[in-house]
Amino acid sequence: MAKSVKIYSTATCPFCIRAKQYLSENNITFENYDVSADQAKAEEMIKKSGQMGVPVLDIEGEIIVGFDKERINKALGL
Amino acid sequence: MNDLIIIGAGPAGITSAVYAARKKLDTLVVTRDIGGQAAWSADIENYTGYQFISGPELARKFEEHLRTYDLKLKEGESVSQIIKEGHEITVITEKASYRSRSLIVASGKRSRELGVPGEKEFKNKGLTYCATCDGPLFQGKDVAVIGGGNSSLDAALQLIKIARSVFIVNMTDSLGGDVVMRDKVLSGGNVTVFSNSEVEAISGEKFVSAIKIKRQGKYEDLAVQGVFVEIGLVPNSDFAVPLEKNEIGEIKVNNRNETNIPAIFAAGDVTDVPEKQIIIAAGEGAKASLSAFRYLARNKF
Repeated sequence: MAKSVKIYSTATCPFCIRAKQYLSENNITFENYDVSADQAKAEEMIKKSGQMGVPVLDIEGEIIVGFDKERINKALGL
Repeated sequence: MNDLIIIGAGPAGITSAVYAARKKLDTLVVTRDIGGQAAWSADIENYTGYQFISGPELARKFEEHLRTYDLKLKEGESVSQIIKEGHEITVITEKASYRSRSLIVASGKRSRELGVPGEKEFKNKGLTYCATCDGPLFQGKDVAVIGGGNSSLDAALQLIKIARSVFIVNMTDSLGGDVVMRDKVLSGGNVTVFSNSEVEAISGEKFVSAIKIKRQGKYEDLAVQGVFVEIGLVPNSDFAVPLEKNEIGEIKVNNRNETNIPAIFAAGDVTDVPEKQIIIAAGEGAKASLSAFRYLARNKF
């Protein structure tokens, strides 16, 4: 079964764009939260990750800060 | 063995790669990220052909162009060492080592750090080096921008629209940067400039809650939730030990992008070329690639 993937991002950050691009290239469906427009999601992201940098990925509860390809691959079994 | 290794994939590295591909050089690009500093710029209005383009968009165009060629690309690797033995160059990263007959160093620059207590602890916990990325998270908050040049003004301009109040902390007696940008920033109603001021420390519990500044010899605390460090850049040249550099660590090149070591070339912001601009870095990248091609043609090892 496909894993639940959420990404907390802003429209302008290069690593957010890279991360989303990478997921799309690998046919991973994900939910994107624009934390610049959604204050509640911004707070959720800060709570989950304990920091304020974007992007943050939540892959089935595993929190990955930044575009960390190796951890993303591992979490998704790519 | 590769004909050419290019370190970096910003405007200089990518343009080098495109030129190398068109000369059919067997090329490997080793880079930490794609787009380099260009990807972190907000609005670009001086790259010919585009009246207006955002940094991430231009970086994507560069990457698309790069990927139309059959090149080897190692992304997410940082180079720790380069060695030249005889006619062979070895490039060592944290993951692997690669060999080639020629090398272009196009590793660019990174943000300069403040070097004050609290900076490392609060990185991404209120303190950031990228207003474009993290700025939107400071909606309605009080923030400080450290620095008084163009990059500081650029950050302030973005933050004026988002934050409740913006404090600019500047070492000299007045703001530098372009007049047009300075006027825009100063006409923002929520901006206060602290001149002749230096940051001494960043403090808070889990996240930033204040900075201590020294203003004309007196210490003051400013309550802020965000700190944007914009005090210039340093070249990513630490690994380039054998190469000759200037006093600020930029790799010295001549007008053919040759370094002091034959077969090793350098291009873009990591070099001592005057003016750091996307279009200049791209042009320098093209020159470096053509020089490497000529070097390889002359020296068939």
